[in-house]
Amino acid sequence: MADNNNPKTESHDPGRRNFLKNTGLVVGGVAGGSLLGGLFTNQMKSDDGKKGKNEETAKVDPSHARVFFGRFEDFIVLATATELIFPEDDNGPGAIGLDVPYFIDKQLAGTWGINGDDYRQAPFTNLEGLKKIEKADEKVNHSRANRGKIFLEGLRLMNAESMKRFDASFDQATEEQQHEIMGDLAAGKLDMKSIPSDAFFALLKQATLEGAFSDPLYGGNKNMDGWRMKEFAGARPSYADVIESEEFVKLDPISLTDYQRKK
Amino acid sequence: MAEELKKVDVVIVGTGWAGGITAAELTKKGYKVVALERGKEQSRNDFIGAKDELKYSIRYDMMQDLSKDTVTARGSMEETAKPVRNNNYARFGNDTGGASVHWNGVSLRWLPYDFEIHSQTVEKYGAKKIPENCTIQDWGITYDELEPYYDKFEKTAGVSGEENPVGPPRSDKYPNPPLKTTPSIELFKKASTNLGYHPYRLPAANMSETYTNPDGETINACMYCAFCEEYGCDFGAKGDPIVTVLETARKTGNFEIRNESTVTEVIHDGTKAIGLKYIDNITGIEYIQPADIVVLAGFVFTNNKLLLKSKIGKPYNPETQEGVIGKNFTGHFSNISTYIGARGFFNNEKWNLSMGTGALGAKVDDYAGDNVDHTDLDFLHGYEIRYYHLGQRPIDNNHVPEGTPAWGKEYKEKNLFYHNRSLIIRAKTAFLPNRYTYLDLDPTYKDEFGDPLIRATVHYEEQDIKRAQHGVETCKEIMTEMGADIIDLVDVPDDVKFDSKFYTNHFLGGAIMGEDPATSAVNNYSQMWDMDNLFVLGGSSFPHNSNHDPTETIGAFAYRASEGMIEYLGGEGGLLVEAKQTSKA
Ligand SMILES: Cc1cc2nc3c(=O)[nH]c(=O)nc-3n(C[C@H](O)[C@H](O)[C@H](O)COP(=O)(O)OP(=O)(O)OC[C@H]3O[C@@H](n4cnc5c(N)ncnc54)[C@H](O)[C@@H]3O)c2cc1C
Ligand code: SF4
Repeated sequence: MADNNNPKTESHDPGRRNFLKNTGLVVGGVAGGSLLGGLFTNQMKSDDGKKGKNEETAKVDPSHARVFFGRFEDFIVLATATELIFPEDDNGPGAIGLDVPYFIDKQLAGTWGINGDDYRQAPFTNLEGLKKIEKADEKVNHSRANRGKIFLEGLRLMNAESMKRFDASFDQATEEQQHEIMGDLAAGKLDMKSIPSDAFFALLKQATLEGAFSDPLYGGNKNMDGWRMKEFAGARPSYADVIESEEFVKLDPISLTDYQRKK
Repeated sequence: MAEELKKVDVVIVGTGWAGGITAAELTKKGYKVVALERGKEQSRNDFIGAKDELKYSIRYDMMQDLSKDTVTARGSMEETAKPVRNNNYARFGNDTGGASVHWNGVSLRWLPYDFEIHSQTVEKYGAKKIPENCTIQDWGITYDELEPYYDKFEKTAGVSGEENPVGPPRSDKYPNPPLKTTPSIELFKKASTNLGYHPYRLPAANMSETYTNPDGETINACMYCAFCEEYGCDFGAKGDPIVTVLETARKTGNFEIRNESTVTEVIHDGTKAIGLKYIDNITGIEYIQPADIVVLAGFVFTNNKLLLKSKIGKPYNPETQEGVIGKNFTGHFSNISTYIGARGFFNNEKWNLSMGTGALGAKVDDYAGDNVDHTDLDFLHGYEIRYYHLGQRPIDNNHVPEGTPAWGKEYKEKNLFYHNRSLIIRAKTAFLPNRYTYLDLDPTYKDEFGDPLIRATVHYEEQDIKRAQHGVETCKEIMTEMGADIIDLVDVPDDVKFDSKFYTNHFLGGAIMGEDPATSAVNNYSQMWDMDNLFVLGGSSFPHNSNHDPTETIGAFAYRASEGMIEYLGGEGGLLVEAKQTSKA
């Protein structure tokens, strides 16, 4: 505790460079559509241990298995879409590099995916009624379909739309084509049964940001790099010594795993 | 058949500030008190290592379990109400200590104008100034009468603060000096001073230094840890019921909290309350806890629901404007209050915005209440302007200037760049009651036990919208003076309607206070006119909503009510205040 009360003395190394260097999953540049598919496939392969001995392979992360998404085709659309929302750039990793898709997969498999904490008695609001609701999150709340069903419908629709328009699955389409579909989704122009598509976009974006910035205990925000990019210091016990500072104080983040171990 | 338990002196619904203060005051006098709390038992141990934004601020772990009970909401009497389904639209308290544990700690006194709003408005501006549907009324008490109880609450909760230059008179200073300040707070203060306003530090129930309250409870110094609003305090540094009044009550040996006990009905014989019926959430067994005094302190929705279900008092009818229970529902509704204002983006500044405390900040009260002359304004009452430094957490704060794409490279770039470079100034506006804004029981939706949900019908009057728009303009003025490069307004459109969002948890009315039983449910001791051993505490007794936050006033009235209960139990009983007939027959 005493040490943490004086965070000024701590290392200021954001470690972003190291992270990029050390991870085998995300390599430089903005990942274009087809590359993304490849990334995941490579990752799968590396998990299979098919890579050569001398190749620098990432350590297999045992939490990198799907629990909600049965089909890889759905998961790859999810991964592509989240990376499109929050791409890798000079600041640091994008959604894939932060393990956002795995975060969302885990969330959908739990209480959140089945709206377990919500009031779920009928009557619900039908699609016409949902369209009249102003706020996107409220549209989701009042749908008869739970978040899991909404995700599956939305992702499959994005994929089907890509096949129809470009004769390529969403992850294989060009980045421009992917943005076109995302744009229509966000504008409410794709027809979904469960909710208006703009509300699905909002849900997807919210889930992406949650995965980028929640404590790593949930499987996203890998290496706390989401926090580093925002210069957010995580679960710090105290800022009492620094809060009055005139200067911006850059601190290395602390995760809950670190924090709780201290008690 | 419900099992009837042994009678106690006092039984209370709820363990927040309202229930907790009552428990402390009565047990200190030797009375046996049982508090029934629907949520789980919790203590400071539950909050250690609770710095988890996803769990607490995004999934709302501490808030009411809506799968069991919620409210329904609609924007006018013509609409069909929808249930509030997710906690993003309802941050109500649930476990030991209630919302009084995960509050920010902003501790404010209301104004002399608030308690005599009707008579002072008429006196100053004439009766015509009050819009036709506006149902403001006096509270049957003055600020001066309530002042000692405010002082008591501030000392119990350990409020840190400085004198409000335009505030009401005080009998004593705050028990603790103001919290530490920050460069962005100073910027706000400087800009508003330049404009002729009178900023002062937000009075905070977060301790600026370690403090021992008059009951002997020690509250530690705040760490500015930034996981405060929506969290229980790791350090026992926030004035909340767990570290103060509930602990004081526990030490007497006269107090029992029965957790996982959901109260479903007030048992009574038409003139006296007999006790409370409740269900043990774990076993499903029903009990009746009889008591000499029954106290409802289960927050505004439960209080109203229990009165309506138990058929106590006359339900309010918006068509005839007769009846009382459910009348004058008000609150800080988030699209016309609290979450409106001006956000500034600064390209050349960077602040430590991730640090902070629930009630760290400063505010301007020049437009509060009736502080400015309203002769030429098209609204009554007012608003306050706030800058908060409460610790900006990363999932909840992704602010980019308007016009930035909603996703992709530029979105990410700006999101990251402005994370510590944008500030928001907000207007907290009053909401005055109107005849079409009220509570009753929903005809369709039910809670887990099959009882109707409480339904809120919320209609915004023109003056509420004008007041809010005026507030946004003032925010913009101050933000401009602060030198932001880009200013985006969180504005209030002319046709804004209630968005069914109960986010501020400042909701009031339905069992309102007054001096005439024809127009009020309780007297100024929060005692039911129709049932003198039933006390209904909390915001449900407020006849309107001020621009100020409600909790300190809830606390003050709980102290006053406790005094009344002690007098009642020690004497002959009966009404503690004589009823007056003020309304036309
Ligand atoms: C995030 C947040 C921040 C806030 N910040 C501030 C602030 O800075 N300043 C301010 O003035 N106010 C603030 N508030 C509002 C403040 O929390 C409330 O005004 C205050 O807690 C009300 O106290 P209470 O005792 O009336 O109700 P509560 O503290 O909510 O207690 C009511 C209790 O009753 C229990 N209960 C309800 N129904 C039943 C039932 N049927 N059976 C058994 N038990 C029941 C509940 O579980 C709860 O524990 C905030 C609220 C929230 C949610
Ligand atoms: S900011 Fe202060 S009062 Fe709030 S939780 Fe942290 S230590 Fe407690």
